[in-house]
Amino acid sequence: MLMRLAYRSLQSLLVTLCLLVTLLATDLRAQEDLRAMVNALGEGNFAQTIKQVEALARTGDPKIVPALEALAAGDLYQRKSDKQVFLTKSTGGSLTLLDPLSGEEVGTEAASALTKIRVNNGLRRAVRAALGGLTLMSPDAGVRLQAAQTMLRTPSADALDQIETALAAETSADVKPVLERARAAALLISDRPDDEKKAAVAVISNAGGQDALSLLSAALSSADDNLRPDIETAIESIKERQAFWAAGQNVWYGLSLGSVLLLAAIGLAITFGVMGIINMAHGEMVMLGAYTTFVVQEVIRGSFPALFDWSLAIALPLAFLVTGIVGLAIERGVIRFLYGRPLETLLATWGISLILQQAVRTIFGPTNREVGNPAWMSGAFELGGLTITWNRLWIIVFSLAVFAALLFLLKKTPMGLQMRAVTQNRRMASSMGIRTPWVDALTFALGSGIAGIAGVALSQIDNVSPNLGQGYIIDSFMVVVFGGVGNLWGTLVGAFTLGILNKFLEPYAGAVLGKILVLVLIILFIQKRPRGLFALKGRAVEA
Amino acid sequence: MITSFLLKSFDRTIVIAVAVILGLGLLVPALNLLTPPDHPLHVPTYLVSLFGKYLTYALLALALDLVWGFCGILSLGHAAFFALGGYAMGMYLMRQIGARGSYGNPLLPDFMVFLNWKELPWFWYGFDMFWFAALMVVLVPGLLAFVFGWFAFRSRVNGVYLSIITQAMTFALLLAFFRNDMGFGGNNGLTDFKDILGFNIQADGTRAALFAASAVALALSLVLTSGMVRSKYGKILVGVRDAESRTRFLGYRVEHFKLFAFTVSAMMAGVAGALYVPQVGIINPGEFEPGNSIEVVIWTAVGGRGTLIGPIIGAILVNGGKSIFTAAFPEFWLFALGGLFVLVTLFLPKGIVGTAQAWRAKRKAYRKAADDEAAKAMAAAEPLAAE
Repeated sequence: MLMRLAYRSLQSLLVTLCLLVTLLATDLRAQEDLRAMVNALGEGNFAQTIKQVEALARTGDPKIVPALEALAAGDLYQRKSDKQVFLTKSTGGSLTLLDPLSGEEVGTEAASALTKIRVNNGLRRAVRAALGGLTLMSPDAGVRLQAAQTMLRTPSADALDQIETALAAETSADVKPVLERARAAALLISDRPDDEKKAAVAVISNAGGQDALSLLSAALSSADDNLRPDIETAIESIKERQAFWAAGQNVWYGLSLGSVLLLAAIGLAITFGVMGIINMAHGEMVMLGAYTTFVVQEVIRGSFPALFDWSLAIALPLAFLVTGIVGLAIERGVIRFLYGRPLETLLATWGISLILQQAVRTIFGPTNREVGNPAWMSGAFELGGLTITWNRLWIIVFSLAVFAALLFLLKKTPMGLQMRAVTQNRRMASSMGIRTPWVDALTFALGSGIAGIAGVALSQIDNVSPNLGQGYIIDSFMVVVFGGVGNLWGTLVGAFTLGILNKFLEPYAGAVLGKILVLVLIILFIQKRPRGLFALKGRAVEA
Repeated sequence: MITSFLLKSFDRTIVIAVAVILGLGLLVPALNLLTPPDHPLHVPTYLVSLFGKYLTYALLALALDLVWGFCGILSLGHAAFFALGGYAMGMYLMRQIGARGSYGNPLLPDFMVFLNWKELPWFWYGFDMFWFAALMVVLVPGLLAFVFGWFAFRSRVNGVYLSIITQAMTFALLLAFFRNDMGFGGNNGLTDFKDILGFNIQADGTRAALFAASAVALALSLVLTSGMVRSKYGKILVGVRDAESRTRFLGYRVEHFKLFAFTVSAMMAGVAGALYVPQVGIINPGEFEPGNSIEVVIWTAVGGRGTLIGPIIGAILVNGGKSIFTAAFPEFWLFALGGLFVLVTLFLPKGIVGTAQAWRAKRKAYRKAADDEAAKAMAAAEPLAAE
């Protein structure tokens, strides 16, 4: 085994060396020959041109790639005066001539002084095959990878020899597997013996994915009985893996939705869950956070464009501050007069939410505002069969971080201790010297501030408009009620349960019906457990 | 028994209110139909429809007051019952269009033809008959309220939780009625009505009759609710509101009392919706918006919760204000409404009527105290005079 590996690498090394040596030695002379061969492209009929292309391809020189590409694209022209062939670039009325090998500009010529070298489909195919072979040998690994992928997508039995030569010389670990799959794909439709084809089926089946499935399905129709069972089992196994990854993708979407719900609900878990205030203006706090992000980005765009990738980091503390202060004002101005009258609080905070919405509409206008994604939040990557977008991933991470920070604040800091003391037994806490009114105000400000930083995150995936908050308010209440009032862990579990449940219902019931089903399930669940998933026990229940 | 029920409901303010409502129900249509358009007392038809709409809102607020004011159930889903009643009436009106729709299909409403449906869905059967539609107007909201309440009250879901699940209910219905596949016209709802009971729905006479019908429905509901709350049943209802556990410990089946009030209230809301739809000419899923239900609560709160007359006054005042405000300063209506929510809860927790009643009671007590004082002084003075 080891011996064979050593032999293989030695072999490939030798081939590369040989190639290099020949290339270097013949460089100058080849330049002259190549020029003549390229000029020959302008002569004769289509059949002769195809022969010339094949001859060019046999030189294996990557310098001719631009000329061939231009030929396929119809940008290759022959000068009438001296029968020289040039690449062209259109500049106004005339054409700029480029040397076909070096790509340097060599002058301009009127369109009438040039003849276009015509192409038909047969010629294009020949060019493509030649290009595939040439680019497979390119010294640039990126070009080789691209060529291998093209070969994989459009396999042809003719290219098999080229691929095998390239495979023997290939050293890059990125390109090699793709090339091997391309070889397998080409081999399947060639007339090689069945044993080799079986190995090829195994290679494709291991790769998996939709491409492999279509390759195998295409091969199945023309396969003989000997090969058929192999291909069928391969297709089965690919489909199984696809089903597995589809379920995985659903879980991922569910987690993603769950993290959004968690972010939206976590501030409410403080104001409603811990303090018992039915804060209908909660959604508007989220909205204010999103608008803070918008303002921060506007300022950065206008004055410090270099800082754009940091805009979210700058917006986070600002959003916390802005919404925290608004929350403090609401608590001191309205809510503190309404403690012990939860239903009246509901009405007053609903009124506040209307005022905030209209205020934002008056200031920023009723239309959606553009909030950009920083570079590190855009794009996606593949994980196995999953496509994971960066912004969703960061939002999951962020929601969990906010949750952890909040839990720490409530359980491990003196401020959290006071908050819990006041909500559990106000009079006792007051007798112990805790200034309960201030603790109330700060708790409410904290909940509002957290809603604000949730708004920063949600501005990345949702439309920033005055109605942003309304879309979240009912969902947030559902999460908190489902999870159990007064319990942060309940909110966490509730958010992710509802998120995943929603995404698993969606494929069967459709998005809207799925959501209705979830709402009905919550209503039924409340009947069974009127105090949520994680109910508080003891005296706090009676209050 | 019925007479005693009626007699008991004949509280003086209620009698006055019923008389005023019925009087309006006669006067406004009369002024609209019998006076020429240039007469100074003429009421234009658009105003008749507008006031008719207010009356249906008042009925909705009255329905909410029955459960919120007297039973302590803050329902955030009453607009859903209202809309269901409205849809039942809308379906009847749709069937009345017949072959006069833009597609000219004698059986299917336009939106079904548009969706390429071949036959009428089963739940549209029977709505070509008025009596059936009228029955559904009360039965559908009533049944929903009964089932919902039966589950909720039996498992003792109350207070804030109940409010939130009623909101979830209306939100779920909102989403459901937005779907085209539901067969209720999707987000366009039901509209383009032609006639009701054979009369042209646009005609002045029909508009006036609908106004009168709304006034009669409101007056009857006022008599009914005031009878309910003044009966023995009503006393227990108030007991449930103020001390639910204590009432239960006294041996009353609290959930039955709540369920009855909730169902009756939902039926009243359904009737209000059914009268609303022909007067505004459209019903769409927007009526299920959770915000609408909360607005009903503020009408009730402004007028005075638990006073029966208060919600009627509140609904008319707030909606009148809305009509004037949205015409004059459309930008500021939400500021005004939001401010109203905040100010009423902070400074007028008993509402207009409640505050007036409290003020009158205080004055009465003061006067009585003054009378007592005077009597005492007289009594003290008399022996002296006898000497």
